[in-house]
Amino acid sequence: MRLLIIGFALTFLTVFVVLPLILVFSEALAKGVAFYLSALADDEALAAIKLTLIAAGISVGLNLVFGVIAAWAIAKFDFPGKTFLITLIDLPFSVSPVISGLVFVLLFGAQGWFGPWLMAHGVQILFAVPAIVLATTFVTFPFVARELIPLMQEQGQQEEEAAISLGASGWTTFWRVTLPNIKWGLLYGVLLCNARAMGEFGAVSVVSGHIRGETNTMPLLVEILYNEYQMVAAFAIASLLALLALVTLIVKTVLEGRIEEGLHPDDH
Amino acid sequence: MTIEVRNIVKEFGSFRALDNVDLRVETGELMALLGPSGSGKTTLLRIIAGLEWPDSGVVTIDGEDALAHGAAERHVGFVFQHYALFRHMNVFENVAFGLRVQPRKIRKSEAEIKKRVGNLLDLVQLGWLADRYPSQLSGGQRQRIALARALAIEPRILLLDEPFGALDAKVRKELRAWLRNLHEEIHVTSIFVTHDQEEALEVANRVVVMDKGRIEQIGSPGDVYERPASAFVHGFIGESIVLPVEVRDGRVRLGDRDLDLIAQDAAAGPSKLFVRRHDVAVGPSGSGVFEGAVKAVRAFGPMQRADIVLGGLGGDILIEIDAPRDHSLKVGDHIGLQPQRYRIFADR
Amino acid sequence: MTAVAQRRSLPGFGLTMGLTITWLSLMILIPLAGLFVKTAELSFAEFWSTVTAPRTLHALKISFGLAFAAACVNLIAGLLIVWALVRYRFPGRRIFDAIVDIPFALPTAVAGIALTTLFAQKGWLGAPLAALGIKVAFTPLGIFLAMIFIGIPFVVRTVQPVLLDLDTELEEAAECLGASRWQTIWRVILPSLTPALLTGFALAFARAVGEYGSVIFIAGNLPNVSEIAPLLIVIRLSEFRYADATAIAVVMLVFSFLIIFVLNRIQHWAQSRSLATA
Repeated sequence: MRLLIIGFALTFLTVFVVLPLILVFSEALAKGVAFYLSALADDEALAAIKLTLIAAGISVGLNLVFGVIAAWAIAKFDFPGKTFLITLIDLPFSVSPVISGLVFVLLFGAQGWFGPWLMAHGVQILFAVPAIVLATTFVTFPFVARELIPLMQEQGQQEEEAAISLGASGWTTFWRVTLPNIKWGLLYGVLLCNARAMGEFGAVSVVSGHIRGETNTMPLLVEILYNEYQMVAAFAIASLLALLALVTLIVKTVLEGRIEEGLHPDDH
Repeated sequence: MTIEVRNIVKEFGSFRALDNVDLRVETGELMALLGPSGSGKTTLLRIIAGLEWPDSGVVTIDGEDALAHGAAERHVGFVFQHYALFRHMNVFENVAFGLRVQPRKIRKSEAEIKKRVGNLLDLVQLGWLADRYPSQLSGGQRQRIALARALAIEPRILLLDEPFGALDAKVRKELRAWLRNLHEEIHVTSIFVTHDQEEALEVANRVVVMDKGRIEQIGSPGDVYERPASAFVHGFIGESIVLPVEVRDGRVRLGDRDLDLIAQDAAAGPSKLFVRRHDVAVGPSGSGVFEGAVKAVRAFGPMQRADIVLGGLGGDILIEIDAPRDHSLKVGDHIGLQPQRYRIFADR
Repeated sequence: MTAVAQRRSLPGFGLTMGLTITWLSLMILIPLAGLFVKTAELSFAEFWSTVTAPRTLHALKISFGLAFAAACVNLIAGLLIVWALVRYRFPGRRIFDAIVDIPFALPTAVAGIALTTLFAQKGWLGAPLAALGIKVAFTPLGIFLAMIFIGIPFVVRTVQPVLLDLDTELEEAAECLGASRWQTIWRVILPSLTPALLTGFALAFARAVGEYGSVIFIAGNLPNVSEIAPLLIVIRLSEFRYADATAIAVVMLVFSFLIIFVLNRIQHWAQSRSLATA
């Protein structure tokens, strides 16, 4: 029985998870390292990498600030409707990526609420970088907040109260007491947020307009190259994203240990 | 530094945590707030500290309206039940925190901070732990560091929430004596919260007994033990024998028997008779108000504890009494029992 | 008696709460509300005919039906994987534990092209399967497999902590009372895991219904055969049939809300149940 279950678990994970991952790298290197590197150094590839970094940087930054603010309000205070508010923050997790893109098309598109006005004033949001940033921010909205809220709830507010009673201002208390206590959890949230931001496909695909060299992020470029049967180039870009995923997972595992340690320092 | 609390009301939802509480704490006192959990004692302490806000009422510290300021401006030292030491700072930085966050104008120099923290760590006798982190300390050490940290800001008053609550029995006893000595040394007006009567009676010079958001009695440890002001205080402090009685025409009745006891000032109606276990004189059968049969005897220390079945009261009532060792009690003995001191309180 | 202002022990509640609500409204609530307002531009008859058009209906059926089937597979496979990871010790256990998260972390487009290549007729797994007469890529079967891929971490990661926390005393008590191993699993362990299993199932189901990136490459995207609902939204958008796209989105969104509601009920139920036994 034991061997049967272990055998099943390992086979399942190997077929569905390990093999696709190995395949990405094997296809990327199918024509050798030189070809692989030249595929990455391509102008379009570089433009996509740059756009991905910009979009992820902005949306992660926004969600980082929001996440900390929301977690402070939700974890450190009691108020009616708290559970409902957390549900609202989690909402983007339950929305299809395509719909996440669609809502911005409806707002900023030619037939949208703000579209005509924006067009009249020469502001381009849809099919341009702003929409990509907005869609990415929408999709990654809950990551930081939902990581911090349970952590800060578990840590309680006694240390903050102690700091306040010792004469510290709210701001000082946050920087000197709260932030050091949540730093690993914060990093964890940012890490996951970033992985999703760089890898987001559906939402960005809907709002980007697929303008080559301008509004293609890395995942979008993967799609285009793949559909053009440029397999090695597609998998080369894909391998970068897969690498990002792997690094994210490794750092995540390390951070999980740190967070656990921070919560229960007595166990050591 | 005197503290005055007047007409404080605090509700959490529909639960009334504090119900019109009045209290005055004099300069240099070491006062205990004693009561069961849910009696409002911690809430009162947190209101004085500025960590909680009353629905109505007045709190003054040295005649100054404390409710006009938040906790940060009150200069009140607060020691938390679970210490609330900053886990990412070592002991030195924990104690120095209050000095480091002072406004730039009055902030001490690094050398002064170092000297003051050193003095405080000496005061709590833990100078050798300065570089350790809270997770590396024992419970008793954390407690003393938390106290040193609270004292660093030269607080006008010192508030301690269940200061020994999380410690094991032996450390608790040591720290009690230590806290009392420390208070004599620094003499800052102090209030501590406890649910442990022994702790309150042993450490404080005045005890406030609380129940259900009200103050039941304020008095010296001797007062609250010897002269409890209410049935609750009598039952909560010390161990008592409690018998349901009825006061009628100034007489005390139990069942259909007239007890030869004075009703004191209890109003007519159902009441409770309270007797300390050691305030019962044991004699031969017929020598007291009650008759009883010895059911079990446990001897330890200078006293012996006996289970007695009281007879002739329309159903057996089992009580426990403490008697000196020299009085021989044997299982099966029929004895007479006479309450030497007792209190009668009308049921509320 | 002076009036006392209601204050809180820590500062910043008003500010942080205000910012939270504002940003949440601007970023999430207003855009989502826009979706419903847009749908309201359709009359009910129009909405209904859009949603019940054969192509739409088929796409919805494919998305919901296959997602449900995939979630069922994940429920069972996930439970077995959790059991292996938590209860057994074997070499490479920690690595396999970490691997479970890859479908979470791997960008969906990458997963999509990798799965497609893997199961294509000449792929590593596609070739042997083709020899058996099974065609995976560009068929509904491919969609089904991709949905299993993205759903598996949801079941594993919700059930794993519960099984880890499960008091072994419970099992020991059952065994002392004479229960066989199977009885213990069936009557003691599985009921304790039920809320987590249901939660994992619902999360995997919801994710698979809305999934786009990992599915569209392997799906083949033939209308009325292997076209998923999110793709149909994209197609309608590219045809500038915004109202049609929105109508499909609303159906899916209502389903998402339903899942959230069900999840909350499960959580509520599990909490009240654990309180009752505490």
